[in-house]
Amino acid sequence: MLGPSLAAWALFVFVPLGLAAYESLFAWDMLTDPVYVGGANYAAIAESGELGRILGRTLGFSVLVVSGSMALGLGLALLLDRPGRFFAFVRGAIFSAYVVSWVAVALLWVLLLDPDRGVAAALLRAFGLPRVGFLTDPHAALVTLAAVTIWKITGYAMVVFLAGLRSVPQSLHEAASLDGAGPIARFRWVTWPLLKPTAAFVATTSLIVSFQAFDVVRIMTGGGPARATTLFVYAIYEQVFMNLSVGRASALAVVYFLVLCVLAAAQLRAWRSQTVGRRA
Amino acid sequence: MSLRSRRPGLLVSLLAAVAAAVWILPYAWMVVTSLKPLDEIAQDPTAPFPKHPQLDAYREVFDLVPVGRYLLVSLAVAVAIGVLQLALALPAGYALAKLHFVGKKTAFALVVACLLVPAQVTFVSVFLMFSKLSLTNTFSALVLPFAASALGTYLVRQALLSVPDEIIEAARLDGASELTIIYRILGPLLRPTLVSVFLVSFVFHYSDYFWPLVMTTDDTVRTLPLGIALLKEPGSGVRWHVVMAGNVLLSLPVLALFAIAQKHLIRGVAGRS
Repeated sequence: MLGPSLAAWALFVFVPLGLAAYESLFAWDMLTDPVYVGGANYAAIAESGELGRILGRTLGFSVLVVSGSMALGLGLALLLDRPGRFFAFVRGAIFSAYVVSWVAVALLWVLLLDPDRGVAAALLRAFGLPRVGFLTDPHAALVTLAAVTIWKITGYAMVVFLAGLRSVPQSLHEAASLDGAGPIARFRWVTWPLLKPTAAFVATTSLIVSFQAFDVVRIMTGGGPARATTLFVYAIYEQVFMNLSVGRASALAVVYFLVLCVLAAAQLRAWRSQTVGRRA
Repeated sequence: MSLRSRRPGLLVSLLAAVAAAVWILPYAWMVVTSLKPLDEIAQDPTAPFPKHPQLDAYREVFDLVPVGRYLLVSLAVAVAIGVLQLALALPAGYALAKLHFVGKKTAFALVVACLLVPAQVTFVSVFLMFSKLSLTNTFSALVLPFAASALGTYLVRQALLSVPDEIIEAARLDGASELTIIYRILGPLLRPTLVSVFLVSFVFHYSDYFWPLVMTTDDTVRTLPLGIALLKEPGSGVRWHVVMAGNVLLSLPVLALFAIAQKHLIRGVAGRS
């Protein structure tokens, strides 16, 4: 019964993972024959400093996206967890961004964020603020991409938190209220402890999503300016399709996968130890 | 929350309205821009309404991009992936929830592990595999890598855990084969879960940009997101009314689906079926 699925995973997940590790030991441009080079691909990307920079950017981007979308998603879930058509409409509007194509979102925000002719620039002018090259200033571009990504996926965090909130028994809130707990105390001592597993789930899935960021990079910045937005997946893509270097691309993919595994494991462990500690 | 029972205060309503504006106004801008003639965009790019709204931009999109064909490919890819995922996830989830076999725990761990391996890790090797077999630019290259869904299998397993074993035993006593049990008896029982799994998968793969970009080099099986992204060529002056018209065309099908089936989508996304 499991056979067909396992065969598909073997063919498209496990074998390619192994192949990536194997290819990473060769220099290959897809035209001439591959040459065995051992760890030279890893050494090359590490020594040039490129790997460190890609890793730093991707981690910075992930921290912004995960913390931003979780905080905003939780805030909106608490704000909008109310009956009535109006609140249902607002919830739907926010979640719809998660459903719409990344291509549409990226193109739309390139227009909105045009430094001279965009709506965001007009707003800055209206408030007397200086011009910002959202996508052309190397210091701003990565933050801009993170903000657009947060706009896109906050609806996801919100929806999962809403499901979590609804599983908190009403009786606990009533009991806490009778004990004189205000809204903040109730959140701190009733809602949040019970919401922790939900938060761990959102954190892990958003971490993976933020690590997969590619569409916004390719469409909005092309990895620039001055490589300021060359995130991991875009760097792998660049190595294969622009530099025709399968070995380097595979080496990057292997490191990418290992980093993702370590981070996901560390994150889950941190959340778990906190929940256990609270209960003990 | 106990807040639920009370009438929302002014501050709450105000904040909710701001949130709505932050998420709705960008869409509104997309539509407004798509209706503007080019000279209006050039003169006053941030005018909130077009003075002379027109549909020329949409006509231009249809001239530049074979929208119908790309849309058909996108829909076919998304439906094929969704159907395959259901066909494979049902028996796999059944095995993990209801059967006893050696290595069951390992098998379940493998499924969970697959959740952690995004296509971005394996695409180089898969691309090389397909190009060796001359299968790039084919429907198979877009569909087959996603035939087995770890998330779908996981959700089916979770849903089956709450289906009583007696139903399956009774069917076996009646002489039903395992396949009949899976597809004819359990399939209909799990309908809400299956609908959610299908919709989440459909929405994701309809909109996917990365995989079709990597697996296609020509027009044979190009999908709509690729075609629309091509409307904004780098360098030259971007014709924003045309790009936004393309955006509207690309977004409408999913937004329509979202409007009809929001509840099922949310259930699938929140992972609680």
